[in-house]
Amino acid sequence: MGAGIGAGLAAIGAGIGIGRIGGSAMEAMARQPEAAGKIQTAMLIIAALVEVIALFGVIINFLISLG
Amino acid sequence: MYKNLKKVHSEPYPGHRLFLILLGLFLFVSSVKAGSNDQEEGGRFNPGEMIMHHITDSHVWHLWDGEHGTIFLPVIVYSKERGFDIFSSHRFYDEHHNLVSYDGYTLEHEHIVLEGGSHVYDFSITKNTLWLFITALTVFFVFFSVARGFKKNEGRAPKGIQSFFEPFVIYFRDEVIKANIGSGYEKYVPYILTLFFFILFGNLFGLLPGAANLTGNIAVTSTLAFFTFLITNFSGNKNYWKHIFWTPGVPLPLRLIILPVEIIGMFTKPFALLIRLFVAITAGHVVILSLISMAFIFQSWAVGFGSTILVVFISLIEVLVAAIQAYVFTIFTAVYIGMATEDEH
Repeated sequence: MGAGIGAGLAAIGAGIGIGRIGGSAMEAMARQPEAAGKIQTAMLIIAALVEVIALFGVIINFLISLG
Repeated sequence: MYKNLKKVHSEPYPGHRLFLILLGLFLFVSSVKAGSNDQEEGGRFNPGEMIMHHITDSHVWHLWDGEHGTIFLPVIVYSKERGFDIFSSHRFYDEHHNLVSYDGYTLEHEHIVLEGGSHVYDFSITKNTLWLFITALTVFFVFFSVARGFKKNEGRAPKGIQSFFEPFVIYFRDEVIKANIGSGYEKYVPYILTLFFFILFGNLFGLLPGAANLTGNIAVTSTLAFFTFLITNFSGNKNYWKHIFWTPGVPLPLRLIILPVEIIGMFTKPFALLIRLFVAITAGHVVILSLISMAFIFQSWAVGFGSTILVVFISLIEVLVAAIQAYVFTIFTAVYIGMATEDEH
């Protein structure tokens, strides 16, 4: 059960992080549409970095669940 | 004057043919993965075991269940007692696929142990080693063709495989390496480009059915991060070492506090690289395999159908992640080398 709760918390962390990145990226693209390409590239890269942290949690919980 | 224009087949959206081919390929891949049946422990499907089997290394290459579905890779072991021993891993299994001991060696949890317990150095060609060779050879052949094309088409437009890879090479040289390292960047271009394409091909191969989880193996990523560590520290100039050991421009007590922090920082940077790549790729595989297991746990066609579609989309995301993680590893390496070779500012 601990593994399940842990995985859920990791998902919350990823959701908040990537949500904020996406939000700022949308805002920035709305303010300056010419820079949309650069902003999108930067957004994807940073999203990958944040996602990895959440995936740490997933892996550890998976290993816990295996015993 | 418009009569001479060639009429293109109506394009719903650009690249629609390629997309449909890729989609079909992934659907096929998912059904093949789902089709390979894994040992049912006492009759019940054990997802944990199936997933661990797919992401860890193994001495055999299991393609499909059946008579000839397994490729038995060579085992090369060295121990002080027995010296070198080379044999096929087929000897570890009897006809019913149970583990037997051969010549005193037994396979326990994919580790080879010797009777009597003395330490065995395992140099076998395992699945990961084999795929490492395949990836390295692929990078080798692809870029030899690109280089040959570059020499042949000197001054003219690139053709063939060169036209596909040359933009990437130029992008990396200009935007990533030259931008981050500045002067003297030419020395590092071969290493950084090789790093990127090796990690990219390794990640992409790992997504194929039946392939090994190469870049999700912590030994492989450790080695790559270790190379980055070596190259960064060997190319460190006086400013770099001064900043670490005796930071200029701060009062003395602060310098003593900064010293251990900087030394640890020297090691955490490549450590973060290795963990990031390892976790991203392995977790991606675990997620895909878990979704496939859903169909087997619920034993239902509807769940199978839904999970296949989900797996297709997550696999496409994993392709993106494969490229992004390779890019992130590379650009961090370039940044660290740039920081090490920075001039006094």
